[in-house]
Amino acid sequence: MDGLRRRLLFGAPLAVAGLGGAGFYTILRRMQDNHYDPHALPSPLIGQRPPAFSLPGMAGGSGFSNTDIMAPPRPMLVNWFASWCIPCLEEAPMLMQIAKTGLPIWGIAYEDKPDAVSNFLATNGNPYTRLAADSSGLTAINWGVYGVPETYFIDTGGIVRSRWAGALTDQIVAEELQPLLARYS
Amino acid sequence: MRRLWLILALLPTLAFAQMVTRDGVTLTAPQEQRAEAIGDQLRCLVCQNESIEGSSATLAKQLRVIIRQHVVAGESSKAIIAYMVQRYGIFVLLKPPFMRLTWLLYASPFLALGFGGLAAWLARRSRVAPPAPLNSAESARLDELLGR
Repeated sequence: MDGLRRRLLFGAPLAVAGLGGAGFYTILRRMQDNHYDPHALPSPLIGQRPPAFSLPGMAGGSGFSNTDIMAPPRPMLVNWFASWCIPCLEEAPMLMQIAKTGLPIWGIAYEDKPDAVSNFLATNGNPYTRLAADSSGLTAINWGVYGVPETYFIDTGGIVRSRWAGALTDQIVAEELQPLLARYS
Repeated sequence: MRRLWLILALLPTLAFAQMVTRDGVTLTAPQEQRAEAIGDQLRCLVCQNESIEGSSATLAKQLRVIIRQHVVAGESSKAIIAYMVQRYGIFVLLKPPFMRLTWLLYASPFLALGFGGLAAWLARRSRVAPPAPLNSAESARLDELLGR
């Protein structure tokens, strides 16, 4: 009995430390290969239609409202961006690449000025089928946008199926966007 | 009499003396207090360890304005918090509610106490009972052996 207790006294803390270590290792490894982000927030819009809004066009693009994305003929992306946002600049080539595949991207310029947006699109290319302006940032709050860029995947029923906060990367496109397209096209 | 009229005419300004302006919204001191109490419970989504009330991020300022506008409109604190949760999810609450995702977090002190109690009980149970005291024949034999 005494031997068992001694083994327990030694083994139990060791097991707790071992399990904790394995847990931390898994978290860190998943963070390292971008499969886990402790700051990521799940969007409450997933599984729902975006809230009512109506935004004017900007930089030659035609604006749109929530009724325009209630039943798109094919899945689409809504991309929130701003000319003053550095990750948006990094994301621009990726959006151009996605637009070339034929997936419609509708843009919403967040708290931005028309001249600055025109400039940004002239320099980095314009991937947007339609382009609206949320100058006050109030529509963004209704969507639960907390930073730019944010990209929403909307299916043919007008339902938000995914939201990515931060720039779209090759990894996101390959591991998340492509499967979504395969499922909802 | 004339003085009384003057005092009566100036009375409404007393109410204005209590008005405060925060982030461009003017409200009474109790309203501001209520707005601050709401903002203290909400997480700033840009600087995630700060409250909306304590953050200097632009989004936090916008949300402070929205909270104050709703407070001035007479909306209940509960409704204003629900407005935020609807948009940003339960993560916006600095104190998470008790729900399926968080029950383990709230239960963990009780679970730890339970496991500790169980371990203590098992340790007590497995303890070998102390031997019974020697009877007179045994102590006589012991004395004999020890040569006492």
